[in-house]
Amino acid sequence: MQEILLSSVVIGAIGAVLAVFLELADRFIANYGECRIDINDGKREFVVEGGGHLLAALGSQKIFIPSACGGRGSCGYCKVRASSGAGPLLPTETPWLTPEEIADEVRLSCQIKVREDIRIRIPDELFSIREYTGQVEKIEDLTHDIKEIRIRLLDPDSIEFKTGQYMQITVPEYGDVDESVYRAYSMSSNEYDTSHVEFIIRYVPEGICTTWVHRFMTVGEKVVLNGPYGEFYLRDTDRPIIMIAGGSGMAPIKGMLQKMAEDRNPRPAVFFFGAATVADLYHLDLMADLQKRIPDFKFVSAVSSPKPEEKWEGETGLITEVVDRLAKNVPDSEAYLCGSPGMIDACIKVLTNNGMPQEQIFYDKFS
Amino acid sequence: MVELNPFVIMFAAVFTNNILLTNYLGMCPFLSVSREVKASWGLGFAVILVMTATTTLNWLVYTYILVPTGLDHFWYIIFIIVIAAFVQLTEIIIEKTSPVLYVNLGIFLPLITVNCAILGASLFMIIRGYGLWQSTAFGFGAGVGWAMAIVAMAGIRQKIARSNVPPALAGPGIALIIAGFMALAFVGFSGMIQVQ
Repeated sequence: MQEILLSSVVIGAIGAVLAVFLELADRFIANYGECRIDINDGKREFVVEGGGHLLAALGSQKIFIPSACGGRGSCGYCKVRASSGAGPLLPTETPWLTPEEIADEVRLSCQIKVREDIRIRIPDELFSIREYTGQVEKIEDLTHDIKEIRIRLLDPDSIEFKTGQYMQITVPEYGDVDESVYRAYSMSSNEYDTSHVEFIIRYVPEGICTTWVHRFMTVGEKVVLNGPYGEFYLRDTDRPIIMIAGGSGMAPIKGMLQKMAEDRNPRPAVFFFGAATVADLYHLDLMADLQKRIPDFKFVSAVSSPKPEEKWEGETGLITEVVDRLAKNVPDSEAYLCGSPGMIDACIKVLTNNGMPQEQIFYDKFS
Repeated sequence: MVELNPFVIMFAAVFTNNILLTNYLGMCPFLSVSREVKASWGLGFAVILVMTATTTLNWLVYTYILVPTGLDHFWYIIFIIVIAAFVQLTEIIIEKTSPVLYVNLGIFLPLITVNCAILGASLFMIIRGYGLWQSTAFGFGAGVGWAMAIVAMAGIRQKIARSNVPPALAGPGIALIIAGFMALAFVGFSGMIQVQ
């Protein structure tokens, strides 16, 4: 009994003495006051207690920089550009940085400490990648094998994204699928509707997510998503726009067109939409409406093999043939493509043959 | 108690009983920080400083607090606490007082707080029954030995970076093989003095 008491007292006393030393040192020596962290030239600014690591300071503000090692400087993922206040380059950082990155002021945020006001730059999308919980509000049949689903966001209840980006949908366990998986889909809604996201999903036999959406999903069901991700969004230039999509590839284009309608964007735009038969075309009323609302917009649908009874009078042929026919000599235009890899590669060839530089072509390949 | 001259113990700790190459303690930073000679020097000096100071501190705590109170069986816990507190305190002081020293040495301190080589040195000195000066000399020697090994390793790895290593062995694989060769080379010293 006495030994237990004695050991508690002695170990407690040793611990307490050391703790007092540390506390004093922390209070009087390691006092750096409040420091201001400025991200992307004022896009986000906050004040933290100085002395901690930058990665932790950002984490405390719910800005998540990728890091695999948990801040020990052994993975090299948590790179940020620090233009001032980060102090000299540390030897624990140099193994992870190339000479170009060092010249570009790239640093490891887990190694640098916040001791003064600091200015950093991070990719914009890191601000807004989060996990969202939503509820299916509407499931609409667009064709016999394509559905559009509309999800109301619950927690958080709004999202900031660039129209054309994609999210990952969490597919829960269902039927014979005994493991939850993620699948990425482009959002077909636009950034002005921050409380909802929409997706256009085509049924693929045996596809885990598409089967779930088409056969199992019901209105009112809770869905978990994360994002937004991706670089597929309308660039802010004055170039005429050529949009090309096939099947469910209309999703991001639809969002972009709705945004153009809201903005009353005066840029000339043409949207080539390809389908196999007339029955595979959809959102035709919406496109007709958008033609009225967007100052200079034309919708061209192309059917590759119309059935005789469908009495198709529009453009006939593969989407590439139609584009080649109608988009002659377009070196000054910008193209946005969304569809299967085969379709995109074929379209890029057609566009470059018609004089469009590669860097003016943006695309979102299904994979 | 073995009455060895502290200098003999120090020499033995550097060469014949190198804590890294004969006991294989402290492998984690040895492998991860040994890509560059410059960083290795920093880490090496940090280990020397911390080992020398913590062996001395731990010897004092053990001899004057734990043994008289009969609590010497708590040595592992107490040693770890003392090491952690010392490292933390040193880091705080260095960070504030000398930015240059902090960049070159201070940032390595957190990496070695829970390093097994540091604790190992404190445990060995007790097991081997060293006195105060012997312990300090042993701690310093063990630190110097560890620093020497990591700097040598970094030198070799810098050269290897420009050689054609078989892909399957690139990185940690070849580093471990090199460490093995270095350990074999240090066995050559063991005939000079035997300290256990």
